[in-house]
Amino acid sequence: MSDESPRTGPLPPAALDDPHLQPFARHPEGAQAVAAIAMVIGFIGFIGFGVAYWIGSSTQWEALTLGVGMLALGFGVTAWGKYLMPQGPFVEERHEFHSTDAERDAMTAAVVERGGMVVKRRKLLGGLFALGSATMGIVLLFPLVRSLGPKPGETLFETNWKRGSKLVTVDGRQITVDDLEVGGVLTVFPKGFEGSSPDQVILIRLASELQPLQSPGRTDWGVAGYVAYSKMCTHLGCPVGLYQHQTQQLVCPCHQSIFNVLAGALPEFGPAPRPLPQLPITVDATGLLRANGGFDQAVGPGFWERP
Amino acid sequence: MIDKSLRWVDDRLGIAKGGRTFLDKIFPDHWSFMLGEIALYSFVVLMVTGVFLTLYFVPSAHEIVYHGSYLPLRGQKVSEAYSSTVGLSFDVKSGLLMRQAHHWAADIFLGSIAVHMARVFFTGAFRKPRELNWIVGVTMLMLGIINGFLGYSLPDDLVSGTGIRIAFSIVESIPLVGSYLAFFLFGGNYPGNGVIIPRFYVLHVLIVPLVIMGLLGVHLGLLVKQKHTQFKGKGKTEDNVVGSPMFPTFMAKTTGFLFMTTAVIFLLGGFAQINPIWQFGQYEPFQISYAVQPDWYMGWLDGAARIMPSWEFVGWGHTIPLEIFLPAIIFPGIIFNIFVFWPFIESHHTKDLAYHNLLDRPRDRPKRTAAGAAMLSLLFMTFSASSTDVMANFFQVPLKDVLWFFRFAVIIVPIVAYVVTYKICNEMRAAEGVGKRKRAQIILRSPAGEYTTVESEPRPGDGHEELDAIPVPTYIDLVPPELATGAGVRRVIR
Repeated sequence: MSDESPRTGPLPPAALDDPHLQPFARHPEGAQAVAAIAMVIGFIGFIGFGVAYWIGSSTQWEALTLGVGMLALGFGVTAWGKYLMPQGPFVEERHEFHSTDAERDAMTAAVVERGGMVVKRRKLLGGLFALGSATMGIVLLFPLVRSLGPKPGETLFETNWKRGSKLVTVDGRQITVDDLEVGGVLTVFPKGFEGSSPDQVILIRLASELQPLQSPGRTDWGVAGYVAYSKMCTHLGCPVGLYQHQTQQLVCPCHQSIFNVLAGALPEFGPAPRPLPQLPITVDATGLLRANGGFDQAVGPGFWERP
Repeated sequence: MIDKSLRWVDDRLGIAKGGRTFLDKIFPDHWSFMLGEIALYSFVVLMVTGVFLTLYFVPSAHEIVYHGSYLPLRGQKVSEAYSSTVGLSFDVKSGLLMRQAHHWAADIFLGSIAVHMARVFFTGAFRKPRELNWIVGVTMLMLGIINGFLGYSLPDDLVSGTGIRIAFSIVESIPLVGSYLAFFLFGGNYPGNGVIIPRFYVLHVLIVPLVIMGLLGVHLGLLVKQKHTQFKGKGKTEDNVVGSPMFPTFMAKTTGFLFMTTAVIFLLGGFAQINPIWQFGQYEPFQISYAVQPDWYMGWLDGAARIMPSWEFVGWGHTIPLEIFLPAIIFPGIIFNIFVFWPFIESHHTKDLAYHNLLDRPRDRPKRTAAGAAMLSLLFMTFSASSTDVMANFFQVPLKDVLWFFRFAVIIVPIVAYVVTYKICNEMRAAEGVGKRKRAQIILRSPAGEYTTVESEPRPGDGHEELDAIPVPTYIDLVPPELATGAGVRRVIR
């Protein structure tokens, strides 16, 4: 729109029989009939949409009437433009839009000389203005960024699991040692924190003949065939929700990391870099499953502060 | 009447001269120039349907009991965001149509941008003087992907919630500042304090669309200022534009195209179900479903994350999760930097600093075309890798094999694509007249027995190519010429 291409006076008028002004169609009457039919279909389609809406018809009827209406009307207008309007071809000159060298020099001079003169003469004011605006920029970051949330602190290393926490389902139901069949799994939380994301733990009951290979110091972390691992994938934090009983693998459905349940949830395959942290569990005198301590490391994906 | 109102406006704004020039603006005809229009019109649909959705969507993680008309959900505790999305789908007239059309429009918006960008790339339309408009376009693509992800995350359903969880982990993976950024963005440790949906909402419906709209204005303004590129052809030079005028021909065609693009989006919205969140259920951070995949335009990042080996760096008391940071931050960073800087990479390589208004045929620039093919195949391979689990099931192959296939394929396929494309381009350049519209050769035998060859008539539609282009006439003699010379007949001359 800012495009300035000056014309030197009006062009001579074009004759009505100029081939450039003739329609593209060989049979304009036929083309007009096609466009007209399309537009009528479009009109009917829109009426149909109005009716469909009014009587509360289905989404499909609304889409069909509206879609066919717009498709037909659009086709009609396009056919009108393509086949019945002056076929051309028409031409437009391009004009170099860059300025002349003299104009560029003048612009540069205005910036460099006029600006330079002012700034060089008042170095103190220039410096103070730079100082003030830079300070403003930095302090404005506080409300704009710092207010958004708390500092991480130790939060990423902490969960609500501690020695004695009862294992409960998301509904708060306590788990006894007989609750799971062999091969069963259950998502559990520490009592009072049901549904909490970092606390999610997958509890698996293994067949008694399967002895999980535990690293030294972790031999008593499972109890009565039960083992418990953090359910948060160490790759990107998805819940590791698929348990393959026959292969004793936990699979993360997001990016297909596979963890070996019998080997301390060591990642066997896929992008996950670390085992799922294990939660030490025990059975109390009443047969309830309880945590025997918290996690020994941060759960979930890696981050800079993690040692 | 029109004359009078134009005078009124021109007295105050002085628009007649520029306006005339604008109406006479020439648009070259080629099907591939419509690709950008699809993006523009699907953006229009996004705005209209999006405004509709904002009237009913409640951007809140606050838990309420669902009481709407979808029976399986009645009485369940869900977030207001989820409940209102299900509500606007089932309890608002035309709501489901609008919502699905909005989702389809977003997918088509990004798809048409990608194809439009490929057209601009392979024909060299990004060369001087249009490098800035290329960068504006790449920026809009990036913002479009971001806004697509934000919008996809709003309904708080199981699949989109998983996506937000992954986004948190990706931000968290940035060395030094990652956990701080993630905590600021989410208002605390995941899943945050219920602030993420309102925050994504304001970004999705206000800030990002505003920036896209501004850039769209710049994109189109630069197109008018710098004028359209055109393919080589009869009468077409570096110094002119040949085609149809803005008014009325182009305007009619493009209006029709607006309607047809909208029609396709609404037909898809009505007949092709997309993102049925009532089937996925409300998001819970400890629940997940099988075959979790993002929208198609995020697939290349999801695939990259899947095939990345588990290379976590641990040392000096710190962890750098390279298995996330490389595919999810560095990889797209490199790709978008190549996109942004390509015009300068190429002109540096070719030492070509001239203005270019005529487009290249891809075969005439074998290296660029081969590089484009390599890039497309790389992105296609990482995109395909986001379905490793589905492929393993479908082809009954172990997941491990599928994964290893893609780990090699992302390196080998682009190299092969480069070499093959380069060879094909050179082969095509060597052949004479490839791709030109051929005319039949008619062999005539004269009574004397002499054979001659003549070309057949031009094909229908080629006829107007034979005419020399003229400037758009200012005035037209509205009287048939045989009457114009008669006494008392007015000729329109001013």
